Amino acid sequence: MLSPVNVSIESLNLMTLVPMLIPIVGALLIIVIDLFKSEQDKSLYVMLSLLILGVDFVSLMESAGIFKQNGTIMGVFDVMLIDGLAILSQFIIVGASLLFIPLALTHKRFHEFSYPEFFALFLFMIAGFQFMVATDNLILIFVGLETASLALYTLIAMHNRDKSFEAAVKYFTMGALAAGFYSFGAMVFYALTGSVEINQIAEVLAANSYADIGFVLVGVVFLLASFGFKLSMVPFHTWTPDVYEGSSAALAGYMSIVPKIAGFVVAMRLFEFLIHSGVVWLEVILYMGVVMTMTMANVWALVQTDVKRMLAYSSISHAGFVMAAILIGTTQSNSALFLYWILFSFTNLGSFSMLWISRQKNLPAHQQSDHSYDKFSGMVKTSPIAASIMGLFMLSLAGVPPFALFWGKMYMISSAVTGGYTVLALIMALNSAIAGYYYLKLIVYMFMKEPIVQNNGHVYVANATLPLKTIIGIAAMGTIFAFLAVNQLLEFVTAFVYSSGY
Amino acid sequence: MLDHILSILIFFPALAAVLGFVVNKNSIRSYGVAVATIEFVLALWLWFAFDPNASGMQFMEHIPLVKTFGINYIVGVDGISLFIIILAAFFTMIGIASLGETKDIKNMIVTLLFLQMTMVGVFAALDAIVFYLFWELSLVPMLYIIGAWGGPLRIYASVKFFLYTFTGSLVMLVGMLFMAYFYYQATGEWSFAILDWYRLILPESFQLWLFVAFFFGFAIKVPMFPFHTWLPYAHGQAPTIGSVILAAILLKMGTYAFIRFSLPLFPDASVYFMYPIAVLAIIMIIYTAMVAYAQKDIKQVVAYSSVSHMGVIILGTFALNVEGITGSIFLMIAHGVVSGALFFLVGVIYDRRHTKYMSEFGGLASVMPRYAAIFGIMLMASVGLPLTINFVGEFLSLLGFYKQSHILTLLAGTAIIVGAIYMLAAYKKMFFGVVTKDENRNLPDVNKRELMALIPLTIITIWLGVYPKVLLAPINTSVEAVVGLMHEKSLTQEAKSRIPNLSKDTEVITNSAENSAEEAH
Repeated sequence: MLSPVNVSIESLNLMTLVPMLIPIVGALLIIVIDLFKSEQDKSLYVMLSLLILGVDFVSLMESAGIFKQNGTIMGVFDVMLIDGLAILSQFIIVGASLLFIPLALTHKRFHEFSYPEFFALFLFMIAGFQFMVATDNLILIFVGLETASLALYTLIAMHNRDKSFEAAVKYFTMGALAAGFYSFGAMVFYALTGSVEINQIAEVLAANSYADIGFVLVGVVFLLASFGFKLSMVPFHTWTPDVYEGSSAALAGYMSIVPKIAGFVVAMRLFEFLIHSGVVWLEVILYMGVVMTMTMANVWALVQTDVKRMLAYSSISHAGFVMAAILIGTTQSNSALFLYWILFSFTNLGSFSMLWISRQKNLPAHQQSDHSYDKFSGMVKTSPIAASIMGLFMLSLAGVPPFALFWGKMYMISSAVTGGYTVLALIMALNSAIAGYYYLKLIVYMFMKEPIVQNNGHVYVANATLPLKTIIGIAAMGTIFAFLAVNQLLEFVTAFVYSSGY
Repeated sequence: MLDHILSILIFFPALAAVLGFVVNKNSIRSYGVAVATIEFVLALWLWFAFDPNASGMQFMEHIPLVKTFGINYIVGVDGISLFIIILAAFFTMIGIASLGETKDIKNMIVTLLFLQMTMVGVFAALDAIVFYLFWELSLVPMLYIIGAWGGPLRIYASVKFFLYTFTGSLVMLVGMLFMAYFYYQATGEWSFAILDWYRLILPESFQLWLFVAFFFGFAIKVPMFPFHTWLPYAHGQAPTIGSVILAAILLKMGTYAFIRFSLPLFPDASVYFMYPIAVLAIIMIIYTAMVAYAQKDIKQVVAYSSVSHMGVIILGTFALNVEGITGSIFLMIAHGVVSGALFFLVGVIYDRRHTKYMSEFGGLASVMPRYAAIFGIMLMASVGLPLTINFVGEFLSLLGFYKQSHILTLLAGTAIIVGAIYMLAAYKKMFFGVVTKDENRNLPDVNKRELMALIPLTIITIWLGVYPKVLLAPINTSVEAVVGLMHEKSLTQEAKSRIPNLSKDTEVITNSAENSAEEAH
């Protein structure tokens, strides 16, 4: 006979669920609206999503305020964990989503945005990512990850092109494999320690001083592989360029930011204690992974003929660069990760949006693919402002000061220097130099070559509307004037990371 | 206004460039000249207000940028940087004023104004990150100038230029981050301020590594042998204005940075690497002089001779004494004036004939007497004829290095003779003899617009050759401070003996050295 369980509602701290519940309720609301009156214009759903995400953002600011006063909060049977990492990453997730969703208001009509389900799925996905980062329970991480991923596969497929289906299926297969690896790894750790909470796993393992190191390593291998897929680390990256190519440029930009920050946070929670526990082998593997991801992705990006694929490889390389933070594992490096990713989200979303506004529905004869380099040839002659903005994003991605990403790069390399990883710091610097070439290639095409066919420049902004231009303007402003905000950002991020004990 | 004159000097051209987008295409030339003239007048005012007897930084400004990480916007000027800033303003002015018929002239002038911001910024910055910021940013306008207005191989040349320098400077950035970290370890505070770094005494092994890291960034920019391969391409493909600015100002960033960073930060490493670098410099002087002799293209001759002279600047810098460093700074200005003028002159003939091959010319002296006269004066200056501007700098640089090594100086001296050979040979091929080609018979002599650039340059060449003291005195004051600081900071016996002790001039430095009880351990 089970004794009645007495749980006071206060001890559950249901407030910790609020930021995740907001998008879920919002998604349900959108579905309900569609039930009552279908065939609504997409602008309704876009604005509703925007409002919901805005509310979500405000609720996050409130949790940030509470965190600043009271420190880490646990809730809902200690499953939820609202610490600095959770709050920071949720800021990035919701903030990037806020910047993404107006991109649906294109000039041309696209299939996916006519379905309210797109927006509902989008909000579910955000909730999934939020759950994923706001817990250290391996099961809830899994649930969040799968919610978000399944929604994301569907979003990709809804673009309704042959390549999108290919991309969605590819992503789904790889994602399923990663999920399998993840659950297997989690199972090993549960078997070893009898717990699914990362901090308890760490405690138990430390208590018996890693006696079962063999099993720990097996678990780590599976988890590494799983996060390798999710973060597109070399050699688990093969799906990334195809999936980015198949999905719409806007969604590809989104995918290069939001799922990855969620993955980084979980990887940080998991691997931080393992690296610090002196499992040397893990450090070597991670070191190799970081260097390979940075370098190989850069080399592949050099030979791409399509700008979108180039940006896909470049974002793999950036992910490798940021993964170095987890390897270094100091407060400075973990803060650098968040600083980098905030600045990166502005720049990268901006550059993918520039591709998005030049989206063509039919390929002209001289173009191999939708965003081939040729298309941008001589762009400065016909639409100088668009070319300058695109050039700005490229310079920022290359790490030319004073644009946004330079500050992230600098702080990251500095954290490698401070953490004693001198060689890594040099490799990171040299990789930035290699990356300079392919970003420069686009600038060369835009500014120094003659147009291949005469056009009036309309092709570059064919898809542009006021909301899209606003988003690009915000991204460009964020990129140029980042140097004014770096200090506040850095203080904010460091305080949050530090007080969560990373 | 004088309190903020450096910021005005830096950001006025940038602001003007942004507003320049609005100016009508037909009036943009006048706009550019007006802006550049105002900037030049401001630079002259800076000189006027500058106190030549003070050795430290003047007109300093200090605005926190990233406080938590010790990055501040700090600018200031001393005798070392003052004249290069004026030179940058001067060359932008005459460059825009003498700009020939160019396509997309609006983009060109706007780009030049942006470039001017970065140039002044590099020489005024006293914070490593701000320095790095302008240093990197200066690549972008130059990339565009070479890539959009250059010759047939322009894209290859511009990308090579960008990537070479970008790679070097990233290694330098790692060095800077290390330097800041050592400062953090010593004091518990992050700082990228150069003047703070000056107070830090590093153990020799650290100095060696950091010296190498900074060396990559600077040597590629100078460019020193064997990193010089990007320069002939860049010069060969760049339009005249691009070559002029590149040779006159941008290359000076490297040599200036050696004096601003490498010498005072790493005195022991500077002594340690003195001979290797001197050997590199001498290879650079002799080898590029020989290469210059083999060129058929007059612009390549000037380009290689410019590299060759940069070798003398490096040699003077690494003499590590007051004569050598003063001479090398003076030679930077002299080299800027002379090689800038030579590139202008090559541009003049290129505009007329659209070829740069010397075999296409011959007997030009009778067709274009004024052109030949100015070219002759500049050529003599380039060769280092006494009473021209180059002579003073070369003489002092070599004199400085003579105190360190007689044989190496002798070798460098012979290279100057080689310089005379190839320059005179080139002059003979182009200007003397009879006119062989029909196209050359009716070439118009230099016109007013070109004279606007060439006459001031000729005047400066002779004036500063006869009376260099106006520049030498303030330069000398600041250099003495640097050398004094180096002697004070050096740890090894070798370094103490190589770097002269200027105890009577180092009161300022001893004070700051007393404050710096900290060491990097």
